[in-house]
Amino acid sequence: MTVKPLKQIHLAAQLPSVQHTVIWSDPSAGSQIAFDSFARLARTAERGKFDFFFLSEGLRLREHKGRVLDLDVAGRPEALTVLSALSAVTTHLGLAATVNSTFNEPYDVARRVATLDHLSGGRAAWNVVTSHDAFTGENFRRGSFLDEADRYTRAAEFLHTARELWDSWRPGDFRADAAAGEFVRPGAGRFAHRGQHFDISGRFSTPAGPQGHPVIIQAGDSPEGREFAAADADVIFSRHADLAGGRAAYRDVKARLAKYGRDPEDLKIIPSVSYVLGDTPAEAAERADEVARAQVSPQTALMLMEAAWGRDLSGYDPDGPLPDVDPVPESVVTKGHNLYRSRGREETVRHWRKTAEERGLSIRELITEVTARPTFVGTPRQVADAMNEFVQSDAADGFVFSPNVVPGGLDELVDRVVPLLQEMGVHRADYTGPTLRDHLGLKPARRHFEETP
Amino acid sequence: MTHLHLAVALDGTGWHPAAWREPDARPAEILTARYWADLVLEAERGLLDFVTVEDTLGLQTSAFHRPDDRTDHVRGRLDAVLLTAALAPLTSRIGLVPTTNVTHTEPFHLAIGIASLDHASLGRAGWRPQITSRAADAAHFGRRTTPQLTDEDVTDSELIAARLRGLFGEAHEVVEAVRRLWDSWEDDAVIRDTATGRYLDGAKVHHVDFEGEHFSVRGPSITPRPPQGQPVVTVLAHASTPYELAAAGADVVFVTPQSRPDAVARLGAFERARQRFERPAAEPIRAFADLVVFLDEEPGRAAERKQRLDEADGAVFGSDALVFTGTPAELADLLLDWRGTGLDGFRLRPGALPHDLTAITRGLVPELQRRGAFRTAYEADTLRGLLGLPRPASRYARAGAEG
Repeated sequence: MTVKPLKQIHLAAQLPSVQHTVIWSDPSAGSQIAFDSFARLARTAERGKFDFFFLSEGLRLREHKGRVLDLDVAGRPEALTVLSALSAVTTHLGLAATVNSTFNEPYDVARRVATLDHLSGGRAAWNVVTSHDAFTGENFRRGSFLDEADRYTRAAEFLHTARELWDSWRPGDFRADAAAGEFVRPGAGRFAHRGQHFDISGRFSTPAGPQGHPVIIQAGDSPEGREFAAADADVIFSRHADLAGGRAAYRDVKARLAKYGRDPEDLKIIPSVSYVLGDTPAEAAERADEVARAQVSPQTALMLMEAAWGRDLSGYDPDGPLPDVDPVPESVVTKGHNLYRSRGREETVRHWRKTAEERGLSIRELITEVTARPTFVGTPRQVADAMNEFVQSDAADGFVFSPNVVPGGLDELVDRVVPLLQEMGVHRADYTGPTLRDHLGLKPARRHFEETP
Repeated sequence: MTHLHLAVALDGTGWHPAAWREPDARPAEILTARYWADLVLEAERGLLDFVTVEDTLGLQTSAFHRPDDRTDHVRGRLDAVLLTAALAPLTSRIGLVPTTNVTHTEPFHLAIGIASLDHASLGRAGWRPQITSRAADAAHFGRRTTPQLTDEDVTDSELIAARLRGLFGEAHEVVEAVRRLWDSWEDDAVIRDTATGRYLDGAKVHHVDFEGEHFSVRGPSITPRPPQGQPVVTVLAHASTPYELAAAGADVVFVTPQSRPDAVARLGAFERARQRFERPAAEPIRAFADLVVFLDEEPGRAAERKQRLDEADGAVFGSDALVFTGTPAELADLLLDWRGTGLDGFRLRPGALPHDLTAITRGLVPELQRRGAFRTAYEADTLRGLLGLPRPASRYARAGAEG
């Protein structure tokens, strides 16, 4: 009998930002903007030999009932800038930036991502996100120029164009050969791209970094998002943190790869997860309840209810039953919030009402149940086993952990769970290569070089 | 005697196009963090106020207004904002001033990038906005066309300024929009009030509602107010139109006098531009003169070295700024003489790296210190502090208006 070798678990962490699940009221909670917070979390992830550290993005502060949403953490730095700074205080950790493909241009993004890859010695990743909303567009020159239907065609062409730019310098084009008096080969960086969304040409200023192409991440879970990932991404952030849903999504995503000439291991599936530990199962459950209460204040519960209902519910008691009034289908009282994008508001409301009715939940209890349940709750051993089962049974290739408290929220995982994973032989004891592609076990980038004329 | 302010302008392997071929140059490393860290740490050991890092969207070119196909000059570079961000944790006192393009980029992204550099450096960020009119740069973005300079235009900075008046006007708008975004979060906007469940005081986070001729930005920024409130805005200016940009929006202006009388003339022209804009007296503007420098202790040696570099390049190197060759003591004489015209400091462009940088930090700086004209220790830990610029309150805090 052959024993299937154990899969290695790919671990990543993010500095959590504008979600209500970040507990800013915790006595240990630090700054959400100070560089020290970012450095502390990144160093913790590197101590745990994580593959990468990830930063999200949102290009407009969220607004609720016409005012800046004041209940949740808000405000964050520009991801590529702070990750470049982090490259100086880490040595192996991958550095993943979310950069929007709608309110940017390929030339600029390609040179910035290539710059991060150089500065970090080959540790850059780019999470390609799309948006189209006029609300965010109000911060930009071009505004709301893109139809929702076009956001993935633009994202795909954006990424392909960036790869053409990274491939515009062939190996050896950057010579710096003083004896020969030749700094670059003739024509280095020359490119021309003509497509539906971009018609650009010239010479690219920045040779590709050590990875050739940085690691590409895609975070959407729609069929278009999965297709985009299957064709073009190295990592997909899945939303399925339950075993059955995870396995179904995993099979679906991996099955899409073959038609692009790719192998199943070319795309890593990494759901976003959270955790609460305790010395005993009972203690862990108790701490999970405390965490949930801190995450969902009475005000937050009402705000999230209003976002789903599309109307003011300030007269309702958060500790009372769900509103008896009906939602206003087309009304948007919360802007810049994507909580209901994947499922649709009507279905969300139906589901919430059913759950509350069946279990007799108040508004706050319901919101806690549907938005603040950590993925892994238990003793370190239980959590390590659950993570391992998730990966070995092909519900995921790893996890991106979003801690509840900045900057210390990753400490317990790294100190108490990671050593168990290492003992089990499913997580590295030390880094084996310098680049993020090495950590993820990815093949070298497929590059396309023009023939020299 | 008040102290001079000193900055160095870093670009590639130095400002002479043949500098990369010198034996002590490290041309193969210009895309590495280590190379730049060594240079900036040297500048910080020399107690300099700040370094600027040049940038261009397109590949470097030896012609002012169009690309070239030369293969014998430095080509290829990193994004300056990200590069300076990587230097921030390695340094503790020196200011970091990247150049960015403002013609083809988004003001919102520029604002959050520089604000993030200020957060990462704990208050040492500056910014040099720069326009571009090169058709090649426009073609890299494919969104607009820009006025093309002719060979005649580029012989005269006033002709250039006249041709590019529209782009400078747009740059005014970019600086204004960026400054508003930096102010859009009041310093005490984050309140963490558990009693009301509020993380933010929403009344202290403001829409900026910038409506210009060229673009509009609603705001607020997504990045909380930077440590300096307003990072230091610098403008390099050679003619009346850019003087106006500096007068309206800069904290530091770089001018390019060719002689002492020319310094008087240029500062006078800048002062006239300044009088056309009403800026509060609490917003002083520091005037720096740019000089390209080749420095050696032995008299005559620097001129010989420059001549040797010229021969290697096959052309006599000239620049928009005066090219100085001499000893550190001779340069100190010139700086102290020119200072009498009203200059606050100098931005020195090393002819070759690392040679002319170390000559500044280990030759010029001690010489100026002996003459009581330069600091002997850093006296502040922010760039505004080093330049003696006050930290401004948010304009929205003054107005107290609802965002």
